[in-house]
Amino acid sequence: MTGLLYALLSLGTFALLAGIVLAVAQKVFYVEGDPMVDKIDALLPQTQCGQCGYPGCKPYATAVASEGEEVNHCVPGGERTMLAIADLMGVEPKAVEQEAAAPMLAFVREDECIGCTLCIKACPVDAIIGAPKQYHTVLADHCTGCELCVEPCPVDCIDMLVKPELIEHWSWPLPETRRSRLGHERREHHAGHA
Amino acid sequence: MPAMLRNLAQRLGMMAHSFDGGIHPSDHKLGAGLHSEPCPLSPVHILPMKMHIGEACLPLVAVGDRVLRGQKIARSEGYVSVPVHASTSGRVVRIEEYAIPHPSGMGMPSIIIESDGDDASDDSLEPITDWRNTDPALLRERARMCGLAGLGGAVFPTFIKLVQDSRFPIETVVLNGIECEPWLTTDHRLMLEYADEILTGLAIIMHMVNTDSAIIAIEDNKSDAAEAIEQALALRDDLEGARVVLLPTRYPQGSEKQLIYSLTGREVPAGKLPMHIGMLCQNVATARALYRAVVRAEPLTERLVTVSGDAMPRPANLHVRIGTPMRYVFAQQGLTDFEDVRILHGGPMMGELLRHPDVPVVKSTNGMLAMLEASFMGGHTQEQACIRCGHCSEACPAGLVPNLLADQCRSDQFEKAESYDLFDCIECGACSYVCPSNIPLVHYFRYGKGQIAQQRREKSFAEASRLRSEAREMRIERENQARAARRSSVRKTHAPAAESTAKTDAAGDSAADKTDEGSKD
Repeated sequence: MTGLLYALLSLGTFALLAGIVLAVAQKVFYVEGDPMVDKIDALLPQTQCGQCGYPGCKPYATAVASEGEEVNHCVPGGERTMLAIADLMGVEPKAVEQEAAAPMLAFVREDECIGCTLCIKACPVDAIIGAPKQYHTVLADHCTGCELCVEPCPVDCIDMLVKPELIEHWSWPLPETRRSRLGHERREHHAGHA
Repeated sequence: MPAMLRNLAQRLGMMAHSFDGGIHPSDHKLGAGLHSEPCPLSPVHILPMKMHIGEACLPLVAVGDRVLRGQKIARSEGYVSVPVHASTSGRVVRIEEYAIPHPSGMGMPSIIIESDGDDASDDSLEPITDWRNTDPALLRERARMCGLAGLGGAVFPTFIKLVQDSRFPIETVVLNGIECEPWLTTDHRLMLEYADEILTGLAIIMHMVNTDSAIIAIEDNKSDAAEAIEQALALRDDLEGARVVLLPTRYPQGSEKQLIYSLTGREVPAGKLPMHIGMLCQNVATARALYRAVVRAEPLTERLVTVSGDAMPRPANLHVRIGTPMRYVFAQQGLTDFEDVRILHGGPMMGELLRHPDVPVVKSTNGMLAMLEASFMGGHTQEQACIRCGHCSEACPAGLVPNLLADQCRSDQFEKAESYDLFDCIECGACSYVCPSNIPLVHYFRYGKGQIAQQRREKSFAEASRLRSEAREMRIERENQARAARRSSVRKTHAPAAESTAKTDAAGDSAADKTDEGSKD
C-alpha cells in the first residue's frame, strides 16, 4: 500500500513540476504571430501588386501559411519564388500560370498631371511624391512597378515603362557552350520536380 | 615538391614564400623593347562619366562650352568617385550615351570634345614642390582632385587608399611593377624610362601614409627594369627604406593578395583589404601619376597603353590621351581593317573582349590587343566533360576547387558555391587556362557572382519595399484612429442635441477628413 502511495506521490509531484515548467516556458518562449508567415513573406518580392488576388504580399503569405493557398500565385516572383515557397512549405511545386513581365517603372507625364493625389494614395510603397494641385512624380528607386497607380489616375498620365538596365547591374550570362546549356536545363528540370 | 614540405621550408625561412598555384603562359611581350612614344592628338575625345570603380560623375559643362586640357568637366557624386578632366582643349560638342570598353557592350553618358588642336592647358592648379612639408590630407585631396584611380587595371580611386588610419597603420608600401599579364608592357616601359618619377611618386605615397619602408616588386623577366629602378634608387637619399625585390615570373603574381603573400608570407584574410594587415599596394603607373599630379599639377589626362597583338602591324607603347577613340589609336599603328580580328581591352587573361573598336581609351586601359580570330581561344565553345584531373585546383592562386564551383554555378546552386568561397575567386583565369576539357571555368564564376549579386539586390529592394509598405499601413492606421478619436470628441460636445446635429456632424467630419488628407500629402 505504501509502495503505491509513494509511486502516486512521486509521479504526482513530477507531473506538477513538469506542468509548472511548461506553463512558464509557454510564457517565456511565446512566439508572436505565425513564424511561417514571416518566412514566406521574406521570399516574396514585396511589389504589393495584388496580382495574386490578395491585397499585398503579407496577406498572400498568410493565406499560403494558414489557409492552404496554392504557392504559384506570385506573378512577379516567378518560378524561383514559387520553388522557394514550395520548398519551405514542403509541398509539390506547381507551374506558375503567368509569365513575369520585365521589371517596370511608373512614370508620371508631369505636364498632364492635375495634382489630384489619387495615385499617391494608391501607391503601396509610398513611391510617389507630390501635393494637391502640384505635379506628382515617381521615385524611380522605390517604384516596384505594381501598376496600382495607373488605374486611379483620372487623366491617364501615368505610363508604365520598362525599367532601364544599368551597366552596374549587368551580369555575365551563362557561357555559350552546349554543355553548359544542357547542364543548366537538366538542373532546372530537376528543380521543377523536386 | 609536396605542398606540406614547401610550407615547412617557407616557415623555416629556407625558401622564399610564394603563392599557391599560378601558371606560366607564354608572355608575348612584343613591346618590351619599344620606347614609349606619344600618340598623335585625336580630333575627338569621348570622356565617359565613370572610368573608375564607384559612383558616376555629373557633367559640369554644357554643349558648346570651351574647355582646356586638365579642366574638370564632371564632378564626382559620392565618396568612392573621382572627377573627370578634359584631356585636350576644344569644344564640347555632345553629351550623350556612348559605348565604353565593357563586356556588356553597353554605353555610359559621356562628354564628347572636339579638339581645337592648340592643346592648351588649364593651369589653375598650383604645383606642390615642397610636398615633404605638406599635410598628407592636402595631398590626398590633390590625388582626388586630379582624378587618380589605380592604373593597374582595377581603377579604384587612389585617394581612398592613401589615408592614415590609426586603427590600421600602414607598415609597408608595395609598389607593384609585376605586370604578369602576357602581352602588356606599360609598367615595364615606365620603370625603364621614368624610374625617377615613379620613385618620387613612391616617396609621396610613403610620406602620405607615414611609413619609411617600401618594397618595389618586379618579376624576373623584367630584370632591366629592376636595374633601372635600382640605379635610380641609388642616386636618391630619401628612400633608404625602399628595396627592389625580384620575384619569379608566374601568373597571377601581380594580384594584390598573391603579391603580398609572395613578399611577406602574410595572407590578407578573405573579405579584408591589404590595409588590414598594414600593407598598401600601388601600381607603378599610379605612383607616376601621383608624382605628376602633385609636383607638376597635372590631372590624369593621359596614360601609357600597350598596343599589341598578333594582328597588329606595328606594336607600340603609346602615351594616349584618355578619351581617344580606340579605332584612331589602332589606325596610328597601321590597323584599319577589323575583319577576322578580335579586340581585347587589357590583357588576354583578365581583359575584356570588345565588340567593336568604337570605344574610348579609359583610365583602366593598360592594353589594347588586336588578336587574329584564328589564334583566339575558340576552343572554349567545345566544352567537354570534366575528367577530374585536378589541374584547375593546382593552378588556383586562391586555393579554391574550380571544377566543383563551376558545377555549382552551372546548375544555379549559388548558396553552395558561396559556401565554397566563390567570392574569393579573383577571376584570374588560371583554371580556364589549364583545363584540358576546355571548360570556361572563370565564365561560370562570373555568371555565378553576377546572379548572386542580382539576388542580393532584389532581396534588399524587396526588404526596403516591405518596410515602406509597413510604414504606410501604420500611418494609415494612425490616421484612422486619429479621425475616429476626433469624431467621438465632436459627438461628445454635441451630445445633448445629438439627434438633430447628426447630419451636420457627418458633413463636418468629411470636411475634416479632406483637410486632414490634404495636410498629409
